[in-house]
Amino acid sequence: MEMYRSHVLVCAGAGCISSACKAVQSALQENIDQYGLAKEVKVVETGCMGPCDLGPVVMIFPDGVFYRKLKPEDAAEIVSEHLLKGKVVTRLLHRQPGDPDQVTSFDQLDFFKRQTRIALRNTGIINPESVEEYIARDGYRALGKVLSQMTPQQVVDTIKGSGLRGRGGAGFPTGLKWELTARAAGNPKYVVCNADEGDPGAFMDRSILEGDPHSVLEAMAICGYAIGSSKGYIYVRAEYPLAVERLETAISKAREYGLMGENIFGTGFNFDVEIRVGAGAFVCGEETALLASIEGKRGEPRPKPPFPAQEGLWGKPTVINNVETFANIPPIILNGAEWFASIGTEKSKGTKVFALAGKVNNTGLVEVPMGTTLREIIFEIGGGIPGGKKFKAVQTGGPSGGCIPEEYLDTPVDYESLTKLGTIMGSGGMIIVDEDTCMVDLAKFFLEFVQEESCGKCSPCRIGTKRMLEILNRITSGQGREGDIELLEELSRGIKDSALCGLGQTAPNPVLSTLRYFRHEYEAHIRDKKCPAGACRDLLTYYINPELCRGCGLCAKECPAGAITGDKKKPHVIDAAKCVKCGTCEQKCKFNAIITV
Amino acid sequence: MKSLDELDKLREKLQQQMKVRDKDHEVTVKVSMGTCGIAAGARETVKALLEELKEQGLGGVALTQTSCAGLCQHEPLVEIVKGMEKTTYVNVDREKAKEIVRKHLVEGKVIKDWTTPDH
Repeated sequence: MEMYRSHVLVCAGAGCISSACKAVQSALQENIDQYGLAKEVKVVETGCMGPCDLGPVVMIFPDGVFYRKLKPEDAAEIVSEHLLKGKVVTRLLHRQPGDPDQVTSFDQLDFFKRQTRIALRNTGIINPESVEEYIARDGYRALGKVLSQMTPQQVVDTIKGSGLRGRGGAGFPTGLKWELTARAAGNPKYVVCNADEGDPGAFMDRSILEGDPHSVLEAMAICGYAIGSSKGYIYVRAEYPLAVERLETAISKAREYGLMGENIFGTGFNFDVEIRVGAGAFVCGEETALLASIEGKRGEPRPKPPFPAQEGLWGKPTVINNVETFANIPPIILNGAEWFASIGTEKSKGTKVFALAGKVNNTGLVEVPMGTTLREIIFEIGGGIPGGKKFKAVQTGGPSGGCIPEEYLDTPVDYESLTKLGTIMGSGGMIIVDEDTCMVDLAKFFLEFVQEESCGKCSPCRIGTKRMLEILNRITSGQGREGDIELLEELSRGIKDSALCGLGQTAPNPVLSTLRYFRHEYEAHIRDKKCPAGACRDLLTYYINPELCRGCGLCAKECPAGAITGDKKKPHVIDAAKCVKCGTCEQKCKFNAIITV
Repeated sequence: MKSLDELDKLREKLQQQMKVRDKDHEVTVKVSMGTCGIAAGARETVKALLEELKEQGLGGVALTQTSCAGLCQHEPLVEIVKGMEKTTYVNVDREKAKEIVRKHLVEGKVIKDWTTPDH
């Protein structure tokens, strides 16, 4: 039997890979070999542990010591002190802001302490390329249980009873979707996993696929049994090469063990999964466009009904669920519907994974029970806003969602409460912005994204978002006119009512929600030609405060437009007509004398 | 995979290898790894302990190292912590280490003679 006294878990999530965790990992292994510890200590590569901004991160068991921001040079000390002598290398521990003591063990960190991990139960803990480690953590037991002890109807009833709702955005009850597909006439039936995660700043599904691919495969097989299907497809974007690679490994390992393929667990049930790699069009995350893309057609949505449950892939009944939804299935089967339903709020059960991004200290991946407040997620788990800046808003649901301002920070997060605030749960991206962000500019960013990604099939989305973007461009460049706000609202209503698919219908949301909470910023841009956040460059005027200016001449030397003049040791001035608003002078000035108004 | 039973058997075996990643261990075996301990052969003690734990399939026992306990002349020292109960063995060489695993950890019997230094 293979047994080690210590496991060194190296996070190889996308964030840590980009901060060079591979070099750290090989340095650790080299030192372990050098000290003759190779038979005692095992280095394990895991999926994303979550605290991406602290990467590369390493956890060392049995103690659970958490090291962060490692460099390959640190490896020698970790091995010679910690792994050989049992002495924790304190300089590599994390210190939480406002906390006098360093945190030794990962479970003492607020970031981990406050999470409830169901979908992410294995991510960051196991080697995603080892089916054995997945099995050791109850992997494929749920599949074994449904095949040998439950009827398909019992499986559907369990999922229905759990209250699980789709984690991809719309929140449709998963059990009901399975039931409708199970009852639909038509053969064969299909199970499709939507892994076409496309929201800017969202990486939940990616991390699950990269960190725990078997949980998705197992759940798809369970779904196949419940609805009477023996074929599954995973539609994953080509921009996630690591996810594709780990899925391929997982599929072949599962086949090797007979956990996929024919006569699984000797019960006569057959199920297999194929990967379809998408070319990265945002619209292919929409289910009907995704199905068209799998069929080899152009990725364009079609009107619903008929819903995929009746007429899905190749016109056959199809369940299409998102990655995170599937990842919740095995624990529900093993622990029961009541267990899952006991977590969360009345109408939103279980947990939700969020990807924290933007102006927040702990960017990364977190999973919390539904009903956790935004304040807890952003300030307690996320560690608040960096640089002493003020929180302004959080954008949930990506380009289909909207922003939530400070006064609603104590809102418990679930499907209903977010809808009430004019946004959506979406797939779980949370982009936090601080006082330096212009809300008109933010809306413009998302609209630009949707406009570019519009498939062009229906005119409200194709032309409507283009017109809206033109208006926003006008406003942020100081050309806004009276009536622009009303025109934006009118266009938004029109697009919402008439666009063909969910993407078009929700495209105006970022504009509508910023108008709802930050209308004054739009008005300031249009009427006063001012950007209150100081972000829209065209609306800024650079000005030198004569009381602070020492006349060093640095700004005049650096100014690319030759707009700054002045005598040595006398306050300088900026010629607004020549100024190109590049901001170089502001960056270069050592006396903070240059201000924008 | 022919049946759920087969999976259960495989899992039980694999779980032993993964237990080191549990945060709470019922039993912790600590070997003193100060300069004195290492000089007295504590590395060999660690290896022997691990070999025997493997042999006995005791995946749930955490094998860790600690610093010098101040009893340098009696190194290598091995401390076994089981809940509130602590036992310290002195002058633990390879053979003693293996015996401690078999007697103390498997059978639950403390080897009293080895807990006090023989002068």
